[in-house]
Amino acid sequence: MADKLKVDSGSRLRFGFYWAASCGGCEIAVLDVNEKILDVVANADILFWPVAMDTKYEDVRAMPDGHMDVCFFNGSIRNSEAKEIAQLLRKKSKVLVAFGSCAHHGCIPGLANLHNRREVFDTAYHREPSLDDSAGTEPKTKTRVKEGDLSLPEFFDHVFPLDRVVDVDYYLPGCPPPVPLILNAVTAIFEGNLPAKGAVLAPVKALCDECARNKHVAKKMPDIRRTWEIQADPEECFLEQGIICMGPATRAGCETRCINGNSPCTGCLGPTPEVTDQGAKMISALGSILKVDAEKEMSEEETKALLDKVKDPVGTFYMYGLASAIINHRRGK
Amino acid sequence: MSGQFEPKIAGFFCKWCTSAGADLAGTTRLKYPPNVIPVTMFCSSRVDPQYILQAFRDGADGVIIGGCHPGDCHYQAGNYKTMKRIILVKRLMQQMSIDEGRLRLEWISAAEGGKFARIIHEFTEEIRNLGPLQLAQAVAPGHGAKG
Ligand code: SF4
Ligand code: FES
Repeated sequence: MADKLKVDSGSRLRFGFYWAASCGGCEIAVLDVNEKILDVVANADILFWPVAMDTKYEDVRAMPDGHMDVCFFNGSIRNSEAKEIAQLLRKKSKVLVAFGSCAHHGCIPGLANLHNRREVFDTAYHREPSLDDSAGTEPKTKTRVKEGDLSLPEFFDHVFPLDRVVDVDYYLPGCPPPVPLILNAVTAIFEGNLPAKGAVLAPVKALCDECARNKHVAKKMPDIRRTWEIQADPEECFLEQGIICMGPATRAGCETRCINGNSPCTGCLGPTPEVTDQGAKMISALGSILKVDAEKEMSEEETKALLDKVKDPVGTFYMYGLASAIINHRRGK
Repeated sequence: MSGQFEPKIAGFFCKWCTSAGADLAGTTRLKYPPNVIPVTMFCSSRVDPQYILQAFRDGADGVIIGGCHPGDCHYQAGNYKTMKRIILVKRLMQQMSIDEGRLRLEWISAAEGGKFARIIHEFTEEIRNLGPLQLAQAVAPGHGAKG
């Protein structure tokens, strides 16, 4: 793969960037690379980058297949436009990188998989308190006006990670990907040092392994508390203070940026390589550590009451991973 | 066949109690429905919640987990871990509109062949009443299932 990159393009690599269903944060992460971005620009041509450049889809369609060396694709697949452009960019790029949690696992947009298109439309276009819904307007794929037919992309019932619609070569995890990981990836690309296809370009360990907080090998979680209920001690492991921290179920590589800000990990880098389902893994971890000293004395009712303190299990354990979970949408929706 | 729905049920039973209880049900020639596909685990706590979700996704209409009674786990406290996990998985199922009755945790000892047969009977009927789960993976329009 990497050799092919060098042979085809000489020293200047051709890059593309795209955003599908995303918040724009991944684009900012690219800019956060700061002056190092200039090294990239010095050694690369950016052929397509909707957020920063006025290239059109037609320009991409006109490229020969495989014309771009690398395309960083952020955002999940929410509608037919995203899917179509994903397929187009796949064809036009030698290496397609799912950039960021949305493209990797569906991320926050993927939480909409608790609902379907009808429910999303009802909320967004009809039930918003700030909305005048007297005309009952909502997006249609085709609308006839006197000048002719107008079309809009089809909004899907579900959100999909990029690799559910096209073949993906690499994954850069994170919401957004941490700058050091972006730099590593870009360096590997320039040096022709990319790992085997399909790799997640991040460490393989769990976040707890790179977390500097005081922790015990056998963690014990004393209770379940929400972040606002206590003033978290900035030196001690969150779980050992009773605050759910996704560290045990999440890949390292972010340099504990949330934890450094005294916020628990919410899991944006996704699961470690041996795990398929991050939420299930976290449920397993909680079972192991929650009130272990008292579990024998607790009745089933008491255990249930304790676990009731986990408000919104999907939002807690699958904040980023619902669209790529083993069960990736709500039944019947 | 009258076309009665025959549920597919995955069973994860610990080696030391529930699997032995199942054996006892067999050797005492108790009758119970053949709908459960049993998998023996060393301990109920070895049932990774991923197995439960994967079983549902792969076509199980119900999942039953059997372990030793509280205090009797061969590994001291595995079943307490199991209990917490199953409660959380049920919460998750509620949010995903999967009837939590499709997942059951039972403590069945090696001496309780009768209980094993009764529970399998009960659970099979409950799942039969709930009907097929039909939990397909969501796929993008124009795409086959992948992954
Ligand atoms: S659970 Fe969170 S706070 Fe505790 S060690 Fe792991 S990452 Fe650090
Ligand atoms: S060995 Fe039976 S539950 Fe642990």
